[in-house]
Amino acid sequence: MPSDQPPFSPLRFVQRGAIVAVERVAPDRTLLALLREDLGQPAVKEGCNSGDCGACSVVLAQARGDGLRWRSVNSCLRLAHSIDGSALWTAADLAADPLLDLGGAELHPAQQALLEQHGSQCGFCTPGFVMSLFAQYQNRVAAGQAVSREAAQADLSGNLCRCTGYRPILDAAQSMARLPPARVDQAALLALLGQVAPAAKTPPSAGPATDRPEGAQPRHYLAPTDLAGLLQARARWPEARLVAGATDLGLSITQGLQSHERLIDLMRVEELARIEHQPGWLGIGAAVTLESAFAALLRQWPQLIDFAQRFAGLPVRQSGTLAGNIANGSPIGDSMPLLIALGAQLRLLRWDQGSQAPAERRLALEDFYTGYRRHRLGADELIAAVEIPCPERPAGSDWTRAYKVSKRVEDDISTVCLALSLQLEGGRVLAAAIGVGGVAATPVRARRTETVLIGQPWSPATVQQAMTTLAAEFEPLSDLRASAGYRRLVLGRLLWRSWLESQGSALPHASGLQALEPISPRTETESRL
Amino acid sequence: MNIPIPPASGACGQSLPHESARAHVTGQARFIDDLPELAGTLHAAPILSPLAHGRLLGLDSAAALALPGVVGLVLAADIPGARLLPTSARDEPVLAQDELLYAGQVIGLAVATDRETARRAARLVQIQAEPLPALLSARAAHAAGHYVAPPVHLVRGDVAAALARAPHRLAGQFESGAQEHFYLEGQVAYAQPQEQGQWLVHSSSQHPGEVQHCIASALGLGNHEVQVVCRRLGGGFGGKETQASQIAVWATLAAHKFGRPVKLRLDRKDDFLITGKRHAFSFDWQAGFDDQGRLLALELTELADCGFSADLSVPVCDRAVFHSDNAYFLEHVAIHSWRCRTHKQSSTAFRGFGGPQGMLAIETVMGEIARRLGLDPLEVRRVNLYGTQERNVTPYGMVLEDNILAPLIDRLAHRARYLERRAAIAQWNAANPVIKRGLALTPVKFGISFTATSLNQAGALVHVYTDGSVLLNHGGTEMGQGLHTKVAQIVAQALGLPLPCVRVSASDTARVPNASATAASSGTDLNGRAAQLAAFQIRERLARFVAEQDGCAASEVRFEQAQVVSPQARRNWQEVVAKAYSARIQLWSDGYYRTPKIHYDPRTLSGRPFYYFAYGAACSEVALDTLTGESRVLAVDILHDVGRSINPALDIGQIEGGFVQGMGWLTSEELVWDAQGRLLTHGPSSYKIPSAGDLPAEFRIELWPEANREDNVFGSKAVGEPPFMLAISVWEALRDAVAQARGDGQPVRLDAPATPERLLRAIGGLDAPAG
Repeated sequence: MPSDQPPFSPLRFVQRGAIVAVERVAPDRTLLALLREDLGQPAVKEGCNSGDCGACSVVLAQARGDGLRWRSVNSCLRLAHSIDGSALWTAADLAADPLLDLGGAELHPAQQALLEQHGSQCGFCTPGFVMSLFAQYQNRVAAGQAVSREAAQADLSGNLCRCTGYRPILDAAQSMARLPPARVDQAALLALLGQVAPAAKTPPSAGPATDRPEGAQPRHYLAPTDLAGLLQARARWPEARLVAGATDLGLSITQGLQSHERLIDLMRVEELARIEHQPGWLGIGAAVTLESAFAALLRQWPQLIDFAQRFAGLPVRQSGTLAGNIANGSPIGDSMPLLIALGAQLRLLRWDQGSQAPAERRLALEDFYTGYRRHRLGADELIAAVEIPCPERPAGSDWTRAYKVSKRVEDDISTVCLALSLQLEGGRVLAAAIGVGGVAATPVRARRTETVLIGQPWSPATVQQAMTTLAAEFEPLSDLRASAGYRRLVLGRLLWRSWLESQGSALPHASGLQALEPISPRTETESRL
Repeated sequence: MNIPIPPASGACGQSLPHESARAHVTGQARFIDDLPELAGTLHAAPILSPLAHGRLLGLDSAAALALPGVVGLVLAADIPGARLLPTSARDEPVLAQDELLYAGQVIGLAVATDRETARRAARLVQIQAEPLPALLSARAAHAAGHYVAPPVHLVRGDVAAALARAPHRLAGQFESGAQEHFYLEGQVAYAQPQEQGQWLVHSSSQHPGEVQHCIASALGLGNHEVQVVCRRLGGGFGGKETQASQIAVWATLAAHKFGRPVKLRLDRKDDFLITGKRHAFSFDWQAGFDDQGRLLALELTELADCGFSADLSVPVCDRAVFHSDNAYFLEHVAIHSWRCRTHKQSSTAFRGFGGPQGMLAIETVMGEIARRLGLDPLEVRRVNLYGTQERNVTPYGMVLEDNILAPLIDRLAHRARYLERRAAIAQWNAANPVIKRGLALTPVKFGISFTATSLNQAGALVHVYTDGSVLLNHGGTEMGQGLHTKVAQIVAQALGLPLPCVRVSASDTARVPNASATAASSGTDLNGRAAQLAAFQIRERLARFVAEQDGCAASEVRFEQAQVVSPQARRNWQEVVAKAYSARIQLWSDGYYRTPKIHYDPRTLSGRPFYYFAYGAACSEVALDTLTGESRVLAVDILHDVGRSINPALDIGQIEGGFVQGMGWLTSEELVWDAQGRLLTHGPSSYKIPSAGDLPAEFRIELWPEANREDNVFGSKAVGEPPFMLAISVWEALRDAVAQARGDGQPVRLDAPATPERLLRAIGGLDAPAG
């Protein structure tokens, strides 16, 4: 970095075809607070301040290759500094953006469709829905894809409405493509994004953003763009929180009312944003979002689709990262049981002062946790990547499944979660790995249950024996989600479900409620009374 | 009688967009937190009781006051006026002092220059308190004889004798849980000092008049010194009927103490912890019936968990009693309603207002009778329906004059192909061991009018300006239900104008005084009629003015398509208005309406509490995963009676939204308190309202094609609450699926909401050994 870099680099982003620069933004300022309180943009609403309702959704676009990546995110959890270098829209921007050609219409199709379908009642959640529809428009409609009912539900999974019951909103999503098209001037937008791109390097010695008067402790938001800079920052300020998507850290600010004097953002480090498909393993970098991580996992294990879609709502999946889910270490985090079952390893890095180079070690995920939200990560270390073995196995020998039970299907926290990866041969279980969530202080591996399965025929008798072991292997708690008895029982039932599913068409509809159609026949038009 | 509905002409009857739709989608619609802040505005945050019941010994506020930006605290001692809210029971302190009555009760406020600092300061206040024993359920409070009001017993006939005679008898008990409103806009108020000790308060309230009353009481002022304004609410559902008042009072007390504007917007968690919810009920019932399933005797005890204060519990519990018949004639009946005082949030109004709980009980009984007799539940419901000429008097003595239940149910059963699907589902269940389906068709009969007869009145103002544009104001509040749109349509129709000529201004206690809450589904009936009467007066004056010029009768002058038409001439509306002004004709008017025919004795629970009934029925198909207890609603058919619809799109929106909200109440929305009475589910991460993925794959709505038989505005019927109870079809379908999973013909004991765990328990799975 040139030494003449100003010490107080402003936060810069593109909005309505212009560059917005904001000085002295505290490192732990949320994007919602920045927009509503500092910039006076009340189109963004605060519904829950915890990333669950989507009223605060905004759309972000970032340059990616020659094009743009569009995402709807929860501004309440997102840190303001994380949008440095991005373009941002709120519901108030769509009809006022010179880079958006509405073809002479007054409203964007996302807005017009909601209006025509009577998709707003009280209107408080509406700006958030408009944003999710706008992202959907850019990602699907502008790309020529039709919006199915399933796609509409998936894309709106992070937005709650208490008035409409959703039908008109889903109809709006499906009707946007029938309206006159709206086009983004991509070239002009990319040119603007080029102008606000953050400096190529931000070594830890420079670049503090501060809101404090002179003499006070400076507050930093560090966003290094290379791995060495990141590791050096981590080594220099081990007390500073690492931040990726901030989907959990944001809660410490909005709900815990914690201050963070210094934050180290790892999302700009190119080396960490990679997904590596190697023979025999899959590597998912620390800056890879949950959405992208699951897309990579689904390529290997397409049967995990239902599980992947039950993981949080779309905005959280588009902000949060797989490594962040692991580092956060919640006992009800949903990725860990699956990754434990898959035998995932963590690639941990720190800056070695002696050699002035990164030092690396690997740790099996199942050995990572030491207690409730505690783990073996050193104060100067970070999870650089999650590495998942993808061994070549004979066709039909791999039986990998993951199950989650919760009060609501979409965007809910697991009551229990069970993932298993079995190697079957000649009707016998050669190898077994079972990961479990929601039954202990950490995500855990069910080793005793595995022992019951290994070497035995994959049969009802074996599975029932394993269920008995599984029910006794952990001491789950009773809490607001369910009783210990329910958790224990359902854990075994999920194992049973897996056996039923493995019988294929012999036992149809064993896999639960997902793909179920109503029995009701469509009624034809009938004579009026 | 079947009054055919003529095609719409004019503004009424059209599916026009919500009057704020364009502002909603462009982010321009302002809610209170969006109003530009006045210079010097302070922010308040509540200090909460950590105990469900305790003695308050003191506060240590040193750490809070030391926080930069904190200007001070507001405590009970700072209240210049009455320290109790002016509710009829006078049992609710504005701020807790001496005794703590629930975990989450507000003891005081921390006030600071920004909201975050205020929230931090509130948490830094140390509360010294000594715990006392707490009552945490209606059953516990009932056992302890702890009530907010005396019980009510509605008795007709001789239940004991009828029970003894009945060929079949069944008894049961179950619970229905509380429900959080989860309006997307949390509770908020913004108090602004005016000159000469007066106040302007913006409040997200369904009842600005009560907010005004409460503020005046706490500050020791006259009502005329407090003006409360609300342009729109970001959802209410009953949760901002009484509960908005305290928020506004707190904001105003803080503003009064520090002499600056104060905004109080509750954080979502605080909103959950402080404000009241739908009443949880405990039911005990005994029924006697014949071989056809006809109910011969019913004894029903309803224990309501009212929370720490009476609030609206008396009328809520009354309405539960009034709806414990739902659609069915109860010959020998005794309903015992106990209003239990617990150490929890004060249960309050919530869409349906006791109706859902009452109906849930009788529909549960219907389902059990059918199971016991091996009959189709729809047949049992049919034999118990109210008649039109006989068996048509409710237990409270009101004759059903507008009963359409039988034809409505027949039509829905036909359209939903109930019998075919019943057979197909039986086949499916025989073939599938893991997933079981269930089906149910349940009716709704919901009484329209505030049961407190005095509340059934409304006022409106209609102003015609000299350019012909119209500004309308009425006492109702817009919370998303489309009230302003409908009332504007009514006024536009009355004056023969297109809708854009009519604007609705914010609800404002300085314009229409003493307005009732926008509640009880009555918003359009009351305010729409009042506005219509105001518009009619202006129309009458203009008609006389034109008739004088044209030498015709005023009754011959018509107002249509922005023209004033006499037998002699056709004039533009604007021209007539301008000339009338010059001729010194009054171009504005008030309107006042009170509902006719209603009367009711609250001591004997007898009379005609309702002007009319709204009817509907729903048929729901569900699937139940017998391994985990998870369930899904797959298909829903609804036939609902809104009379002659003023705006079909808005009415369908109310039906769908109400249904899905009811579905949430009965399935995923579970409020959980711990053994110390602390609410554990205090945000959307743990309290799950339905999401887009919960929408049934098939969701068909049809409107009953008949106008209101009573003289109601435009022939319409109220629609806000009745559809909520259509979701009881989901409850009964789930119980049907449980029964089919069990296959033992035994009663299905299930508590609401039907969470996966409860459904699994009902199937019997949780008692069976694993594997």
